[in-house]
Amino acid sequence: MDDDRASLNRLPRWGILALALVPATVVGLFYLWPLVTLLGTVLNGNSVADTLRAPGLGRVVWFTLWQAVVSTLATLLVGFVPAYVLARFLFAGRAAVVAAVTVPFMLPTVVVGAAFLALLPRSLHGTATAVIIAHVFFNIAVVVRLVGAMWTVIPRDLTAAARTLGASTTQVLRSVVMPLLRPAMFAAATVVFLFTFTSFGVVKLLGGPANPTLEVEIARRATQLGDVDGAAVLSVVQLIFLAAVLALAARWQRRGSITFFGDAAARRPRSTGERRLVAGTVTVTLLVMVIPMLALVRRSLTLGGRWSFDAWRHLGGSEVRPGISLGIDPLASIAVSLRYAVVATLIAVLAGGLASLFIAAARRRGQLLDVGVMLPLGTSAVTIGLGMLITFDTAPFDWRAQWWLVPVGHALVAIPFVVRILLPVLRAIPADQRAAAATLGASPGRTWLAIDVRSLGRPLAPAAGFAAAISLGEFGATTILTRTDRETIPIAVGRLLGRAGDLPRAQGFVLATVLMVLTGVIIAVADIVGRQGRDA
Amino acid sequence: MLEAREISVRFDDRVVLDRVSLSVTDGEVVALLGASGTGKSTLLRVIAGLLVPDGGSVWVDGVDVTRVPTHRRGIGMVFQDEQLFPHLSVARNVGFGLRMQGASRVVERQRVTDLLELVGLTPLADRPVARLSGGEAKRVALARSLAPRPRVLLLDEPLTGLDRDLHDLLTGEVARLLRATGTTALLVTHDPAEAAAIADRVTTLAAG
Repeated sequence: MDDDRASLNRLPRWGILALALVPATVVGLFYLWPLVTLLGTVLNGNSVADTLRAPGLGRVVWFTLWQAVVSTLATLLVGFVPAYVLARFLFAGRAAVVAAVTVPFMLPTVVVGAAFLALLPRSLHGTATAVIIAHVFFNIAVVVRLVGAMWTVIPRDLTAAARTLGASTTQVLRSVVMPLLRPAMFAAATVVFLFTFTSFGVVKLLGGPANPTLEVEIARRATQLGDVDGAAVLSVVQLIFLAAVLALAARWQRRGSITFFGDAAARRPRSTGERRLVAGTVTVTLLVMVIPMLALVRRSLTLGGRWSFDAWRHLGGSEVRPGISLGIDPLASIAVSLRYAVVATLIAVLAGGLASLFIAAARRRGQLLDVGVMLPLGTSAVTIGLGMLITFDTAPFDWRAQWWLVPVGHALVAIPFVVRILLPVLRAIPADQRAAAATLGASPGRTWLAIDVRSLGRPLAPAAGFAAAISLGEFGATTILTRTDRETIPIAVGRLLGRAGDLPRAQGFVLATVLMVLTGVIIAVADIVGRQGRDA
Repeated sequence: MLEAREISVRFDDRVVLDRVSLSVTDGEVVALLGASGTGKSTLLRVIAGLLVPDGGSVWVDGVDVTRVPTHRRGIGMVFQDEQLFPHLSVARNVGFGLRMQGASRVVERQRVTDLLELVGLTPLADRPVARLSGGEAKRVALARSLAPRPRVLLLDEPLTGLDRDLHDLLTGEVARLLRATGTTALLVTHDPAEAAAIADRVTTLAAG
């Protein structure tokens, strides 16, 4: 039914191609072209040898690698028990706990960084330990979701069968459960590794100057040292490494993937032991999720070791004392961030929506754009920003001073998520629904409007909410592209927390709290609106 | 010798088994007949130790095993939907119980070879279980549960859901296998013809 014999009722080819115009332009102009320019700069320049031979680079690469490996292993270890409990047991409030575990993953990196600055003792500030703890907190959701998704479909009778064959609890775990979970654990490990390898905000706030990842070092060279060529070289090194890891992961992943059909294996806890395990795990997990966030709020209300609303009250001005300015206006940064979020969301939803419609309508020929819009996901945010910085510096493309360049960067990061939310909805439309419309006299164009375009109404709210949350929290690309007087909230948080004074630091915590609440509200509203649409 | 004495099971105030007793002597094959919803499978789960009963006890060879965990009871089970381990080959599935006992590789290989021959699947030893037909999967499940020489073998509707020809073929095969291995077995089914064909003795579990 997917072949050309069904072509009588297709949209005209020019119509389908027109859909690709906007997304292809956005991705081509602001992502692919900068990426090519970046590669060209590296290939043509003389800085490759100099950069790679620079003292200290080995240490940066080593730290990037080992903190990512340790963070990944620690996340797997910590996420294992909650993944088990949430996948295998039904209990009141289970959905809420799953949602709570997902919250840190949705939080902007600067919020997580600030929260752990507020929570951890000063002796841990600027250490690898702090970075790893925050990474675990940030990524537990990946393990709980991916490993849990597999665990919940392993039939209970399969482990029962192992028991009737004489396997003890540990033997069941070792010989049956672990081998079946391995692909999911591997997938989770790959995702966590990629996130922590390119970690920026968390490392910048918590790692201190002694512990930079490649991502932080690239940004430092580009923005503080003015060594754009060197930054470009490191970006390409990082890109090559990421591509290699992804290629390896894809090869290993293809082997031995197993699917189960049938009911989810979750049930109510039966014995006292099971009930204790569930209650204990839920309590500890919720505490681990909530305490860093509470610590952040508490710290925003502390000044000079005492409770104080001063940091909140003085949010409006950049002056600490009359005549002494910090150069950062916290309240203004909120306005900037909100404006950028609106623009980035509009671009991301428009480009992502049209891209989804094109990919769905063009079928096999849509694959190219499908891959194209996903690429920014595999590129670190700092690299995206850096590419734009070195590409748009000559007329007629001298856009570095244009304010809209930052939200465009945000949109690039958000488009893959928008497409991954919208496209499955389009693909889930039964072909016969379009056929029914056609037999009722609808032209291909009318059919498309009435069925395809209309179906995007429901998932639009979550897609837009996701895009807005990404824009509000985006730190990497923004760090490269930002201009003074137009700081976004994350940039302002980063600067304020880097200051020595008590008030600016407290203001940094206030802003991080504002960002946390803002992100939470947007995601919650998008979620609720999305749900209501589903019921209707 | 298997004995279930006055087994009672309640799920949330719903009485599934009310003081049910049953015994199977050594080498005997007993069929437990009853309509669906009469708690037949529940009784098997209690005997296997997969479910702790609210009352009553399970005895094997004169020993009370009601509190003994499943893996130390020596009671095997064939599940209705086979429950083959999807990550293991046919031979590795059949050898699973032997590995759990800590059998040597030589012993495992010999026993697996014997059993695959017995069920007629020798050429499929290295095949992934995902690529078995319905009948082949049933035979592997049978061979797997017989491999560790269980003191009692429980069969939970093992032939339900097969098409007619295959069902009739396997009915004869199960009867032959249980005799050939001298296995003490308890078969749960809702099909009187199947019960008569396989078992030495048929008992019925009434509803309620």
